Amino acid sequence: MADNLKDGLDRDFKMLEVESGTVVYNVDPLIVKYHYEVDYIHSYCQDSPWFRGLMNGQLLGSKCVKCGYVFTTPRSHCMECGAKTEWVELPTEGTIHTWTTCYFGGQEFLKETPYHLILVEFEGANTLLLTRLMGVPVGQVKIGMKVKARFRRLSKISPTDVYFVPA
Amino acid sequence: MRPVYMIAGGMTKFAKASPDKDFRYMVKEAFDYAMNDVPNLTLDMIDGSVASYFSDHFTRQLMAAIMVQDYLGLCPKPSRRQEGGGATGGLNFQAAWESIASGRMEVCLAFGFETMSHVNTWKGNEFIALASDTNFDYPVGGFYSGYYAMMVRRHMHEFGTTVEQMAKVSVKNHGNALHNPWSQYPMDITVEDVRKSEMVADPLTRLDICVMSDGAAACILCSEEALEKYKLTDKPVRVIGVGCGTDTMRLADRPHGKVVLLPHETESDYKHLKYPGVHSFRGGRNAAKLAYKMAGIGNPLEELDFVELHDAYTSSEIQTYEDLGLCKYGEGGSFIEDGHSSLTGKMPVNPSGGLLACGHPVGATGLMQAVVAFWQLQGTIGKHCGGDAFLQLKNPKRGLIHSHAGTGTYITCTVLERGF
Repeated sequence: MADNLKDGLDRDFKMLEVESGTVVYNVDPLIVKYHYEVDYIHSYCQDSPWFRGLMNGQLLGSKCVKCGYVFTTPRSHCMECGAKTEWVELPTEGTIHTWTTCYFGGQEFLKETPYHLILVEFEGANTLLLTRLMGVPVGQVKIGMKVKARFRRLSKISPTDVYFVPA
Repeated sequence: MRPVYMIAGGMTKFAKASPDKDFRYMVKEAFDYAMNDVPNLTLDMIDGSVASYFSDHFTRQLMAAIMVQDYLGLCPKPSRRQEGGGATGGLNFQAAWESIASGRMEVCLAFGFETMSHVNTWKGNEFIALASDTNFDYPVGGFYSGYYAMMVRRHMHEFGTTVEQMAKVSVKNHGNALHNPWSQYPMDITVEDVRKSEMVADPLTRLDICVMSDGAAACILCSEEALEKYKLTDKPVRVIGVGCGTDTMRLADRPHGKVVLLPHETESDYKHLKYPGVHSFRGGRNAAKLAYKMAGIGNPLEELDFVELHDAYTSSEIQTYEDLGLCKYGEGGSFIEDGHSSLTGKMPVNPSGGLLACGHPVGATGLMQAVVAFWQLQGTIGKHCGGDAFLQLKNPKRGLIHSHAGTGTYITCTVLERGF
């Protein structure tokens, strides 16, 4: 046994040196890069049928079994009266309630700019749907335009599986 | 409930980045500024604190508020954190009010901060966008400037509001801030400058939108008993009304029903208006209604002397004039156009420069509004602005502060009154 280990305590222990380093932006004050990433195990829970509907080319909404209020973006319980809702199929044609064209955005979507966001009104529904408008050049989107739903052939399990184009 | 007074306030100069000071140090600076204003108040007289910061993502530290509490030397006294998006600071001010009004504390510190410089602007946009529905709104490419753009587009459609009217808000607020040394972006600009700046989300340009900031603010509130017993200040400001309102997380879910009326309005004012839709903030209207009721205000335009409101966007300042009942729904555009909200108008709005010019370190913002409103009511703007009293209104008695989250999801209104 080496002399320095005779009582089981290593008084010459050395931390392993590695060649990976830290990105330093500034020395005074000391500013470094700190990386953070996480994968979630995310369930769509009670809203799962809505996303499965998009995979089948169907746009679903929620209708209150008690008061009849129709929610375009789904919810399992009615915001008006608190009763349960049931799934209903929404029309695939609607009207632009309002719009914007985004030239910036969150980091994830910067590469897609400029893109149009619209809120769509549907006949027989009480609330709106936030979605993307495609196929309309910048400067030509108008409130009141008729639009129709299209669905991605290869689902991304995302609300962008449905998007709208001019009707 | 018993009377509650604000006796001191402080803040850091809001900045794009403060890499030399962490959030604890910034709050300490704001806190010490407030403490210096009330020399008879010592640390042992403070019964506890309430804390506000918006985003754990920006801070990269959970339970960050306890680190401030220990840094300030307030352990083991009570404390808790408030969080409600952009309204976090306003909610926190009301939490301090509750702590005193309920009798739980005699002296309470409200502190708030945000350190948004720790990620680049695009990542910051993403963090803030995570405060919208992450199943249905964010994945479509939703982000806050996009949501506000859609809201004001509908406001323009309903009421004829123009982009020039919006630009005038930017010109006014950046201009006021030329005399506010605490502000991040004072600017002498024109309507043309605003319209020519980069388009972010049509019709909102870069100068229609507030910036991200690092900053902190602190407010000290106390009971009437503590105020008199310790002779804390001869210029107290009383909190006479608090209100809060909410609305659906998703903009798409807003109903199209009847207007929530203020005392000076009637149903016939709004025969054909579907409310709130996406053009108005029902939560803001509700917050104002409750605050006015507690304060005994019947007509805000007549009974308030100024407003510090949450102008994260020029459009939301115009929309908020209407929610607060400074004018009727639909008249917000002409309210700015006619100069009513300017420093010399009948209702000065954001004399400090607002979020557009002061900056918006989220958890500090609502408290910053309380601090500048407090100085206005004390008549001490000059003292706290390096001798420049340009922004001091003449003998104001009552002011309203308004803090706002999300697309109008949480909103607070608090009425402050000169208490001497």
